[in-house]
Amino acid sequence: MPKYPMLEYLWIVPLLPLLGSAANGIFGAKWPNKIVNWVAIGSTGLSFLAALKAVREFFDYFAENHHLFQKAFFTWIAAGNFRAGFDLQMDQLTVVMVLVVTGVGWLIHIYATGYMAHEGGYRRFFSYLNLFMFFMLILVLAANYVLLFVGWEGVGLSSYLLIGFYFLKKSASDAGKKAFIVNRIGDFGFMLGMFLLFKTFGTLDFAALFAKADPWPADAMGHLGTFTIASLLLFTGACGKSAQLPLYVWLPDAMEGPTPVSALIHAATMVTAGVYVVARSHILFTHAPTAMLVVAIVGCATAFFAATIGLVQRDIKKVLAYSTVSQLGYMFLACGVGAFSAGIFHLMTHAFFKALLFLAAGSVIHALGGEQDMNHMGGLSKKIRWTYVTMLTATLAIAGFPPFAGFFSKDSILLSAFENEYGGRNAGYALYGFGLATALLTAFYMFRLIFLTFHGKQRYDEHHVHVHESPNNMLAPLMILALLSIVGGWLAAPAFLPGGTDYFAKFLQPVFGGVEVAAAQAGARSLELWLAGVAVVTAFVGAMVAYWLYLKRPEKADGLVKSMNPAYTTLLNKYYVDELYAAVVVKPLLWISTKVLWKAADVAGIDGTVNGIAEGATAIGDGVRHTQSGNTRSYAVWVVVGAIAIIAVIFFWPFGGKTVIGMVR
Amino acid sequence: MVPTNYYVILSAILFGLGVLAFIFKRNIITIFMSIELMLNAVNLAFVAFSQALGKLDGQVFVLFVIVVAAAEAAVGLGIIILIARSRQTLNVERVDLLKL
Repeated sequence: MPKYPMLEYLWIVPLLPLLGSAANGIFGAKWPNKIVNWVAIGSTGLSFLAALKAVREFFDYFAENHHLFQKAFFTWIAAGNFRAGFDLQMDQLTVVMVLVVTGVGWLIHIYATGYMAHEGGYRRFFSYLNLFMFFMLILVLAANYVLLFVGWEGVGLSSYLLIGFYFLKKSASDAGKKAFIVNRIGDFGFMLGMFLLFKTFGTLDFAALFAKADPWPADAMGHLGTFTIASLLLFTGACGKSAQLPLYVWLPDAMEGPTPVSALIHAATMVTAGVYVVARSHILFTHAPTAMLVVAIVGCATAFFAATIGLVQRDIKKVLAYSTVSQLGYMFLACGVGAFSAGIFHLMTHAFFKALLFLAAGSVIHALGGEQDMNHMGGLSKKIRWTYVTMLTATLAIAGFPPFAGFFSKDSILLSAFENEYGGRNAGYALYGFGLATALLTAFYMFRLIFLTFHGKQRYDEHHVHVHESPNNMLAPLMILALLSIVGGWLAAPAFLPGGTDYFAKFLQPVFGGVEVAAAQAGARSLELWLAGVAVVTAFVGAMVAYWLYLKRPEKADGLVKSMNPAYTTLLNKYYVDELYAAVVVKPLLWISTKVLWKAADVAGIDGTVNGIAEGATAIGDGVRHTQSGNTRSYAVWVVVGAIAIIAVIFFWPFGGKTVIGMVR
Repeated sequence: MVPTNYYVILSAILFGLGVLAFIFKRNIITIFMSIELMLNAVNLAFVAFSQALGKLDGQVFVLFVIVVAAAEAAVGLGIIILIARSRQTLNVERVDLLKL
């Protein structure tokens, strides 16, 4: 018996969902829904338990060895001095990610058994969902960039399959394609980044690569050195996967998928993969201050930009989608200012409350029989009480009210931005300012969502819609997530007490080590309290404005829309970014593809050559055919002509004649 | 002694006449005869060179050619008779379907 049995067989953790996926996908056609449920929930639940066991063993292992656990299971690619193995690793960062992925994933699986109960393609859905779990676990457990990339592409595939789950709907299949193609742009940068890293350091294994890279001198600010270029290329991939400017456009459209998918893939786990990669590569990023500043600015800009769009959306899921983009921006902002643990902390709390928001929204949609437009909701708080309570919890969490989880994670991000070391003090203040403004907008649009959905006048037709609370297998995950949304942030809570520490940051200390900006220095304590106070007041103001506009004086909201019509229309149309991309990128690309590559190169060039040769042969044959007239005398003439020609060659050919005569002799 | 040139020139004239008849005549029998004429023109050249060079090879060839010509005449005349029966004509212009 090995000392750490689960760690020695760490591959079991990702394998279980894969088996579930295969079982449901291959054999599930004849199975009743109940068995499909058991396979799907059982495989992910066992995977969660296996992950818990592995984490426990890892803590023992770490206490003994003081470094991360890594094990090579087999060599996958070996070419020259390049080696990519099926190597898995476990460190504190992986612990957080694995538990979030399996734990939240499992809850969402349970929820989905209720939500999808009346939908077609039941086993297909769970097969895809399990497949996603497999790839996501590969992504977070991988010990080298190549294996990580396998998971990275795999979750992209699952995301594509699940966005286009209702593939008969044109908008759904289009959204799936959009997600896949936009991600491909980012992945291209990611791959270039990997190539550059391999060229420079000769390995893509995390431990070896970072050990080699660490002693190198950091690039100067504004200088495009290897670190800066590699980091920016990796960040391009992260931008695609985590929906940051300018590649965020796929995420709002991804809401075409079923709601549990939105919760699991497009809010809690997959979209945070970019943040994970940046945090995992923190040694590269901290050697490249320019890249750090870019990450911070992109994150901050995305957070603000997406939040403004979220203000006016009518579709309940679209609001949450833009909110996700915005919160992901916060995470990148944290990474960009060097507070990786704050970013990961927000990733974790966001996984709780955003999954909860989506699931609760799904419960609302379920209750209203598929209605997603908030203009046709209202006054639901009495009728679906549990959904309301849990969703309100999540809203308080995301808006940043203490003592909910979002308060602590957002606070540590804003504090880190305020103390930003990369790009100077003023950059830090600007990032903080925009971060704070985003917090205001977040509180506003989230409470707008709550008030429009659950309060005020009832705006749906009661004769057509039978409002009903969701079944228990949907409510149970909501309550667990609600609990996590409250207590999930308390790990960082003691930092506010005199002499207390941020346990989460301390926990991740072995991973992020010296690069971590000490968020809870003794001198910063009063500053932290001040900033936290400002953040809470800001959130409160946002919530109050929403209350005033949407509950107290609804007519004011309409008046505001009228008086600020150009701004409102711009926001409602999402700054016309989709239209801009369509005009600048998609149209020219389609034109080139159609006119040049298809019509000119393929049809005229390649097909033209092949068909031309064939047609030429036909034409020659057609011409020569007429010599075979059937007339004997014409054959006789040809014989004579041929004979004369041969004689002429023998005697008069300038070069060959003599040789032929010689041969005759 | 007649010079070899004379024989060769006569042979060439006969061969040329054979070719012209072969091309321009329409009657199958005549065409057939023109082929025989060409063969014999060649025979004449063979014999003439054999005489001039003092070797017997040419004369042996002539014997071969005569044998082959006899065989060819047998087969050819058989075909001609069949054509005459089926088409009721000996004009090659009318025999252009490559089958009987």
